[in-house]
Amino acid sequence: MSEVKYSKEHEWLKLDGDVATIGITKHATEMLGDIVFAELPEKGTNVEKDGTAGVVESTKAASDVYTPVSGEVIDTNQAIVDDPSKINQDPENSAWFFKLKIKDPSEIETLMNKDDYDNFAKETSA
Amino acid sequence: MIKKTSLYNLHQKNGAKLVEFAGYHMPIQYKDGIIQEHKFTRSNCGIFDVSHMGQLFINGQENLTKDLENIFPVDLKNLNINQSKYSFLMNDSAGIHDDLIITKINDGYLIILNAACKYGDFKIIKEKLKDKYDLKLDDNLSLIAIQGPKAKIILNKCISGIDKLKFMHGGNFKFKNYEVFVTRSGYTGEDGFEVSIENKFAELFVEELLKLGTKLIGLGARDTLRLEAGLCLYGNDIDLDTTPIEANLKWAISKNRINTNYPGSKIIKDQIKSGVNKIRVGIKPETRIIARGNTKIFNQDNKEIGKITSGTFGPSVDHSIAMGYVENNYANSNTKLFLEVREKK
Repeated sequence: MSEVKYSKEHEWLKLDGDVATIGITKHATEMLGDIVFAELPEKGTNVEKDGTAGVVESTKAASDVYTPVSGEVIDTNQAIVDDPSKINQDPENSAWFFKLKIKDPSEIETLMNKDDYDNFAKETSA
Repeated sequence: MIKKTSLYNLHQKNGAKLVEFAGYHMPIQYKDGIIQEHKFTRSNCGIFDVSHMGQLFINGQENLTKDLENIFPVDLKNLNINQSKYSFLMNDSAGIHDDLIITKINDGYLIILNAACKYGDFKIIKEKLKDKYDLKLDDNLSLIAIQGPKAKIILNKCISGIDKLKFMHGGNFKFKNYEVFVTRSGYTGEDGFEVSIENKFAELFVEELLKLGTKLIGLGARDTLRLEAGLCLYGNDIDLDTTPIEANLKWAISKNRINTNYPGSKIIKDQIKSGVNKIRVGIKPETRIIARGNTKIFNQDNKEIGKITSGTFGPSVDHSIAMGYVENNYANSNTKLFLEVREKK
């Protein structure tokens, strides 16, 4: 499995073959506060890079979830819909949002590595 | 410049996320987060710094009572010393400048005002009283709310005797050797108290309360608590474009004042008699999706009939909750409504 990549919209992506697992970052959950609602894309739909692919709501605000790469949704994580607080507890692991069969592997090269993302997150929240 | 309350350092020490609110650095939440803070208040005892709110003292005797009745639609003549009433400062169209709590005290009245409205209210009230009385918006006092089922037992350990207070009554008490004024009131739907205490003793007082097992609670949980309890937030649910009758707060207009004069009294009288076009209702969405302020409300025939003024997630009811205004004939409970969130109904 390859290293984890990050987007400017605070999603993370883990690639395994041509399947990308996508979720939102710990930093994003800290900004949002307690998450109380999650909406995921439907299995079988095609999503485009940087397009909306879900919604999370905290007690404070609603926020769109974007997909950092294009592809077909092949799986979604019902556990976070049933209990959205899981997203705050384990955002970058068990509380993944959806899995994509990716369309264009080169899109992944536009994403950040962990160090770059951490710096980006620090700068943008300062 | 953004002001700090006397608990600013204590907020920081307790990991508060501070935001600007009504010109003050205020804690939106602490480390536990809104949901845990909310639940702790419902099951135990939460401490809220509400020192940003206005504490307006007006000195005077019988004439003052008469003059204040010309401003507020509340029966002050029959109010006992240390008794409080919820009321409104209205304009001549019965629009609401502010909602407030007025308490009769030994040498006059104490009025608690919303932070964002307090300077405007002060000007309006001072002008209406034509400089006949001494008015003071007291910045030397902090206001601390102690809320929850354990509030009475815990606060009584710090301020002996407060357990005898009845709801919406207050009195002078001592914390250590310091004078404090305590009322049994709040904004959470729980039993609770509000303590007015000199700024220089406020931190010591709250530290004592924290040692007794209480926790500081931020404005985020204050909002979810009040919304679960169906209480209005000024600026969201009531404002200059709503009257107390439309806001379904007729109970706060004293019965013996309905046929007397105060700003907006003609309109209030007329709305009580003939009804209103729109009215505030509580709304329970069917999903966990939150319908926030300004969400449009539709009937079954897709006709727009109102809008949401406050909406959030209610941690105790574990459900999305909201309130808003609908056309009067949709105000019965069990009426099915449709809410448009993110272009979906």
